[in-house]
Amino acid sequence: MSSSSSADVRPTLAVWKFASCDGCQLSLLDCESELLALAGAVRIAHFTEMSRATVDGPYDISLVEGSITTPDDAERIKEVRSSSRYLVTIGACAATGGVQALRNFAEPGSYARIVYAHPEYLQTLETSTPISAHVPVDYELHGCPIDRGQLLEVLLAFLAGRRPVIAGHSVCQECKARATVCLLVANATACLGPVTRAGCGALCPSIGRGCFGCFGPSDSANTPSLAARLRSLGTSDDDLVRLLQTFNAAAPAFRDEAIHSTPVRLARSGGQSKSGVEQ
Amino acid sequence: MTHGAKSVRTISAEGISRVEGEGSLRVHVRDGEVTEVALDIFEPPRYFEAMLVGRQFREAPDITARICGICPVAYQMSACAAMEDACGVSVGDRITALRRLLYCGEWIQSHALHVYLLHAPDFLGCSDAVELAERDPRTVERGLDIKRTGNLIMETVGGRAVHPVNVRVGGFYRSPDRAAIAALAEPLRRARDAALATVSWVAGFDFPDVNGQYRFVALRQPGCYALDQGRPGSYEGFDLAPSQFADLAVEEHVARSTALQATLGGRDHYLTGPLARYALNAASLPPLAAQAARDAGLGAVCSNPFRSIVVRAVELVFACDEALRLVEQYEPPDEPAVEVIARAGVGTGVTEAPRGLLLHQYEIDAEGTILHARIMPPTSQNQLTIEDDLRRVVEGGLNLSDHDLQWRCEQAVRNHDPCISCAAHFLDLTVVRS
Repeated sequence: MSSSSSADVRPTLAVWKFASCDGCQLSLLDCESELLALAGAVRIAHFTEMSRATVDGPYDISLVEGSITTPDDAERIKEVRSSSRYLVTIGACAATGGVQALRNFAEPGSYARIVYAHPEYLQTLETSTPISAHVPVDYELHGCPIDRGQLLEVLLAFLAGRRPVIAGHSVCQECKARATVCLLVANATACLGPVTRAGCGALCPSIGRGCFGCFGPSDSANTPSLAARLRSLGTSDDDLVRLLQTFNAAAPAFRDEAIHSTPVRLARSGGQSKSGVEQ
Repeated sequence: MTHGAKSVRTISAEGISRVEGEGSLRVHVRDGEVTEVALDIFEPPRYFEAMLVGRQFREAPDITARICGICPVAYQMSACAAMEDACGVSVGDRITALRRLLYCGEWIQSHALHVYLLHAPDFLGCSDAVELAERDPRTVERGLDIKRTGNLIMETVGGRAVHPVNVRVGGFYRSPDRAAIAALAEPLRRARDAALATVSWVAGFDFPDVNGQYRFVALRQPGCYALDQGRPGSYEGFDLAPSQFADLAVEEHVARSTALQATLGGRDHYLTGPLARYALNAASLPPLAAQAARDAGLGAVCSNPFRSIVVRAVELVFACDEALRLVEQYEPPDEPAVEVIARAGVGTGVTEAPRGLLLHQYEIDAEGTILHARIMPPTSQNQLTIEDDLRRVVEGGLNLSDHDLQWRCEQAVRNHDPCISCAAHFLDLTVVRS
C-alpha cells in the first residue's frame, strides 16, 4: 500500500478471498466513516479488491472470506495460515461452507453438469467446506453477510490483544431487546430466530419476516426442539428443510436436523468434518 | 512478468486488483503482433443455476443475491421480475417506485465504490484510494459520503446494505413509513451535489485516446433512463422482449474461464453497462444529469472506455436525482406486496445492474418448484468485448515498458468494472511478448 517505508511499525492486515460473493470484504469498504482511520491504524498489506500494491507477509491479521471448493484453494489456505499470526474468517461461507455447500447434498458431479457444457474444464471439489476444516482458525465472524459493526469490533479486539465481545446467543434476544413481537408465537410464522446466532439486530422479524438463519446456528442451538414446534404449528417438512438448507446448510446444527427431516432425499452427509449427533 | 527473447514479449498479471473477484490476464506479442489476449476467470464456480433447481420460486431473490455482494439488489430485482413474469403478475406503480428507489441506492453505492475506490486511483497514479486520500483526503471523503448515502437507501428500503432482507417476489415484506423515506432527502441532496462535483473532477483526468468498436446493448423504457425494467435494445436497432433477447444471447463454456461467455446469435460480442446505457438512453436523462454530461464534454455517444468513469459519474448524478424525486413523491403502497400464485411456465426478468444488463430466466411448475434456471450476468456478456479492448490497448501500447503496459491493461479491464463474483469471478495478468 502507500506508506511502504520499512520503518512502518503498524500491524499488517491482509484480506483473502476464496469461494464467495465479495459481500463480506465489501463490508470492510462499507465502513465509510471508519475506513480512512482504519487505514491509518493498520497497514493494509494485501487486499486485492482495494489495492494494486501488496506487501509480502507475514501478516499480523488475515481476514479470510469464502469456502474451500477447489484443490488449489485447499493448498492456498495453508499458505495463508502459515503467513498469518491471526487468521480470522469473515462470513457464512468461511465459517460453514456457505450457500455453495448445497452441493454437498447433491449427487457428485451433478451440479457441474447442469451449469457447464464442459465439466472436464473445471477443477473443483465435490464439497464446499469451511476454513476450519483445513487449517486452525483464531476467530470466526458469522453472517451472510457479516455485520460491519461486528467486523470493526473484531479488528479492534485483535489490535488490542483482547477477545472480541460478540454474543453467541440467539436472535430471540435481539427481538426482545428491540421489542419486536414474536412472530412464531403471535403468527405461527416459521422463524429460525430461536436457533440462529444474533448479530444482524433481528432485521427480518422487525419487518414481519421469519428469520432465515443467515448468521448460522447460535452457540446452544436446539434445532430438533424448534423443528418439533414448527411442525406442530403447521410447517411442512419440505419447508423446514428448505429453511435450514440455505446459507449455512452444512453447519451441523442445521444440517443434522434437515437430514433427520428428509432421510431419503438427503442421503449424503454435509461437508463439515464433524458429523453425527449435535446434542 | 518477463521479457523473453528479443522478438518475444510476455506480460502477465496474476491477480488483477481493484475488481470484484479473481482472474488473470495473458497477453502474447510476437514480432510486434499481438497474438493472444485472454482474460482467464478462475473464480471457483458455485453452481447457482444448479442449486436453484428444486427450490421454491419465492427463494430465488434471496439465493441469487448471494451471487454478488456488490450488486445483490440487481439479482433480487431480476429474479422477482422473472418470477412475476412466469406467474403473470404485475406489482403496480407504488411498489415499482419503491423498487426503483432501492435500485438507485445500489447504483449510488456501487458507482461511488467504483469511481472513487477502484477506478480513479489509476488516473492519478495511485495504488489505491488510501494513497489518494493521503494527497487529497477531502475528495476521497466526498466519495465515501456518496457511497454512505447509497447504503443508507438500501438499509432504509431493503433493511440491509449487503443482501437486503425486505425484498420478496411480489414486492416487499414491509413498506418503509413516510418519515423514514423523507429522512433520505437531505443526505440525497448532499450526495447529488457531491455527484455533480464528481463529474467535474473526473472530467478533468487525462484519458488515453482509445476508441472501442462496440455493439451497445441496454434496456430501453419510453421516457426514462431504464433501470429496473424495459426492453433489451441495441444501438444498431434491435428492440426485443426479454424472452426474445434470452433466445438471441448464446452462452458458451470455454476452457480458460469459469464464466460462460455470451454472444448475440453465437457470433457477435457486445457491451452492456454505463457506456451502452448512455449511448441508448442519454436523451432520457433528466435535465440535471444531461447538463452534467454536456459540461463534462460527453457527446451523444462515448466510445472511449477510459472515459466510462465520466459516464459512471453522470449516472451517479442521475441516480441521486432520481432517488430524490422518488423520495419526494413517495406514497406507501396499499399493501407491501401483491399476492403471487405459482403457475407452471417460463419467466424472464431483465434489469440494469450497475455494471450492465442482468438476465434471469426460470421455468417453474404449478407448485412453484424451480425446474430450470438461467442467469446471465453483465460480466459474462462483456468478457469478449473486454478482451477486444485489451487487444487494442496492447497494440497501441507496445512502446510502453512492461510495467506501464501491465498497468494500462489492468486499467482497460477496470474500465468495465467487471464483477468476477458475478461472472464466476476473475483477474491475473500475463503478457507474453514474443
